[in-house]
Amino acid sequence: MSSEHSGSLGHSGTLREYVTGFALAVTLTAIPFWLVMAHTFGRSSTTAAVILVLASVQIVVHMVYFLHMNTRSEGGWTLLALLFTVMLVVIALSGSIWVMSHLNDNMMPAAMHGMGTMHDMHDMHDMP
Amino acid sequence: MSSESASPADGAEAPRYYSLHEHHPENGTLLGFWLYLMSDCLVFACLFAVYAVLGRNYAGGPTGRELFDLPVVAVNTSLLLLSSITYGFVMLHVQAKRLVPALVWLGITGLLGASFIYLEMREFAHFIGNGAGPQRSAFLSAFFTLVGTHGLHVTFGIIWLVTLMVQLVTHGLTPANERRLMCLSMFWHFLDVVWIGVFTVVYLMGVLT
Amino acid sequence: MLNHTSLTTLLLGRLTWDALPLHEPIILYTFVGVAAGGIAIFGAITYHRLWGILWRDWITSIDHKRIGIMYIILGLIMLLRGFSDALMMRAQQAVAFGDSAGFLPPHHYDQVFTAHGVIMIFFVAMPLVTGLMNFVVPLQIGARDVAFPFLNNFSFWMTACGAVLVMMSLFVGEFARTGWLALPPLSGIKFSPDVGVDYYIWSLQIAGVGTLLSGINLIATIVKMRAPGMTLMKMPIFTWTALCTNVLIVAAFPVLTAVLALLSLDRYVGTNFFTNELGGNAMMYVNLIWIWGHPEVYILILPAFGVFSEIVSTFCGKRLFGYASMVYATVVITILSYLVWLHHFFTMGSGASVNSFFGITTMIISIPTGAKIFNWLFTMYRGRIRFELPMLWTMGFMFTFTIGGMTGVLLAVPPADFALHNSLFLVAHFHNVIIGGVLFGMLAGINYWFPKAFGFKLDAFWGKCSFWLWLSGFWFAFMPLYVLGLMGVTRRLSHFDDPSLQIWFEIAAFGAALIFLGILCFIIQLVVSFLHREELRDVTGDPWDGRTLEWSTASPPPVYNFAFTPIVHDNDTWADMKKNHYARPQAGFIPIHLPKNTAAGFVIATLSAICGFAVIWHMWLPAAAAFAAMLVAVIVHTFNYDRDTHLSADEVRKIEGSRTALLAGHV
Repeated sequence: MSSEHSGSLGHSGTLREYVTGFALAVTLTAIPFWLVMAHTFGRSSTTAAVILVLASVQIVVHMVYFLHMNTRSEGGWTLLALLFTVMLVVIALSGSIWVMSHLNDNMMPAAMHGMGTMHDMHDMHDMP
Repeated sequence: MSSESASPADGAEAPRYYSLHEHHPENGTLLGFWLYLMSDCLVFACLFAVYAVLGRNYAGGPTGRELFDLPVVAVNTSLLLLSSITYGFVMLHVQAKRLVPALVWLGITGLLGASFIYLEMREFAHFIGNGAGPQRSAFLSAFFTLVGTHGLHVTFGIIWLVTLMVQLVTHGLTPANERRLMCLSMFWHFLDVVWIGVFTVVYLMGVLT
Repeated sequence: MLNHTSLTTLLLGRLTWDALPLHEPIILYTFVGVAAGGIAIFGAITYHRLWGILWRDWITSIDHKRIGIMYIILGLIMLLRGFSDALMMRAQQAVAFGDSAGFLPPHHYDQVFTAHGVIMIFFVAMPLVTGLMNFVVPLQIGARDVAFPFLNNFSFWMTACGAVLVMMSLFVGEFARTGWLALPPLSGIKFSPDVGVDYYIWSLQIAGVGTLLSGINLIATIVKMRAPGMTLMKMPIFTWTALCTNVLIVAAFPVLTAVLALLSLDRYVGTNFFTNELGGNAMMYVNLIWIWGHPEVYILILPAFGVFSEIVSTFCGKRLFGYASMVYATVVITILSYLVWLHHFFTMGSGASVNSFFGITTMIISIPTGAKIFNWLFTMYRGRIRFELPMLWTMGFMFTFTIGGMTGVLLAVPPADFALHNSLFLVAHFHNVIIGGVLFGMLAGINYWFPKAFGFKLDAFWGKCSFWLWLSGFWFAFMPLYVLGLMGVTRRLSHFDDPSLQIWFEIAAFGAALIFLGILCFIIQLVVSFLHREELRDVTGDPWDGRTLEWSTASPPPVYNFAFTPIVHDNDTWADMKKNHYARPQAGFIPIHLPKNTAAGFVIATLSAICGFAVIWHMWLPAAAAFAAMLVAVIVHTFNYDRDTHLSADEVRKIEGSRTALLAGHV
């Protein structure tokens, strides 16, 4: 009944892996905090993009070094489940932002002047 | 509709359509728990989506830049990250069948988690005391819900951790308990992953604008 | 400290005697009828001393077969409630013209259509689908049970408790008046301050937990517990659709949980997610709820597609045409179902670019479904078709669902949808696909697998009556709605001024009456089949000359399903075994490990229902107590390490021996 042979999650960690992961995570945390607190980049959009990338990298670090994510565990099903979930998260996040920002542009009365999506404006007059 | 005949003769080759030996299907607990974590991921994705859409609706009230105390957030982040590696030490001891060190590191992990929650509660109380509660604006509603849901998960994780410590003392390092420890390990690391999203998107980007 | 008033408030919240429907005759008489029926049933169970058996063999059972049957019973009972709502709506809309206000004031009519939708989707369709998958999948893959038998029991009771809460709303307080999706701001605290929306939220949250866990359970089962030799591409097609359905469940229901939680925060804490002021955005609710809602309808239809695939190949005596393309089509549908959600709110105002994208993806998703229809037709071509009941339902589906699908593609065109959104055309479309697809599929599946579950077939005559009445009734009830929708009539209206519309509503009411007779015939079919069970008995376990593993077991299967784990060599495993003169083993049995029954699932679910009721009525002290009790019950359950038992080789030999005798006696 033991699960030793099933190559299951969480079972194959070594001290080196945990320490490496920890060191990477600390670095990938310290850098964003420093970038923001020290106003390193002139434009906040640059800082935002950089820290988002660093966050994504740190998430991968956690997946590999702490969660022991690999292609073998559970016959590849854990990785498949993760990739599918990531795809859905991307769709839900980007889809929601896209839909809601277009909605905002089209439906907010205060924003009706001089916005980029002028060609959408005349839709509004035909709305029931 | 099957044809009946006498039972298979002894010494004959193994039957083609069934196995004579007890078949043990692989244990599904770790996969099942991983699937649950994926579903939890989607809950957080929704909360992040709501924060992305509503997170700048200050309604004339306080903004993230005015409220967030980044040094405190840095301390909190460190506590959670530390607790991740202390749980890693737990698993190393479990693999080596060393119960007492595992219990010690479990306790430390729990304390680190509890400190995280304490600091977060203090932050929440401070905001609410200054009129920046979840009712004040959509931004604050989204903030409290996203960060609060994460905190709720950590709290349940701590309850689970304590329960598991008791069960380890009463039943020892049985295969069932090892599976439970692995599930808690996945849970705990997953919460740290979510926190990466939180401190980046909520706190750091909230201060940037 | 606590004075008397605040203690009463903590205990009773806003629950008062006014919550009882003493001034509403229809509901009062319904309650009396239900109470009388309930007392009669309880009395009968007590008189026949069945409580012990009920508790031991059903309520605490972790056997997937028992749980599957209980899900289906729940679904069928709730069908009666949901259909009563439908009859009331058809009756009201057939008479309420001009000066006649009908018999349902808007206040009640709104609850009726809300309850109708909520019940039909969450407490009829979902339980029927889940029940069928629960019963069939482990048998089809050669397993003894699902991966997590205790969770399975718990999931069922959570669903049942959600249904109980919805039913309670009829008699204590009232239900939501917002439509089945409870869109804010109408569902927010400002415009729906009463308990209705809270009943909605908590019954769905509780049932949702059950559904999510069930999804995880079945995925783990299919991934981990297939018999040796059964690769993914050798699985029965119903198991494939079950796998994809449960992936959809795990991927979609968290979104529903999150959205309803946000709505409840708005209502209970005063947050501003979906309010009109302080930065809220009600349209975000619409966006998120449909990110759940569209996969949800595929959760309902995919198992039905699986049922039809099994039935077509069995009753045409042929392998399913294009097995691989069926699998790919199902997987493609699973993924694409996440890319179409905006077509439910083209008119909300996202603009042309967004609408075009989602319109195109919606049209694309109809293609794999079309591929499936062709595969079924090609399976039937040159097959030896037997027009048994399951096949009749299948053919009714193919015709009906195709029309419904086509109206869906019509609605996928945004300019067309601008005229038809929220009209009766839309209502006709989704009933077309849900009744023609899901319901026909469930009735087909019930007729098909009933003999496996109970050991005797369902009566064919009453079944055919039911089928023809359902089919004709559906067409009479919903074709007029397409016409009305094209003429511009809006949905959810309880009164009309234009008398020229009335004839269409009268035809629709006639259709509803036919469906009512169809349901009646179905009930009669069940009763007659039970009374004539000896004539309808099947002792072979394989009444239809089936092709998949479940037909190799006894009817009903023993608790362990298979005395020996099957070894699989080909698709349509049982057909393969029969062709190669498989001999059923009659000796050499080994002890079999089984999980024990448990009351924990029932207890925790009941506590959650009590907690839900208390939260609905703002009875904070009982709510906190129930929640604490739940936590304790869960922790106590985790201290139970003694969850297994086993059947000795002797007991297995006895069970198998009695089957051998049965088969020999039959020959």
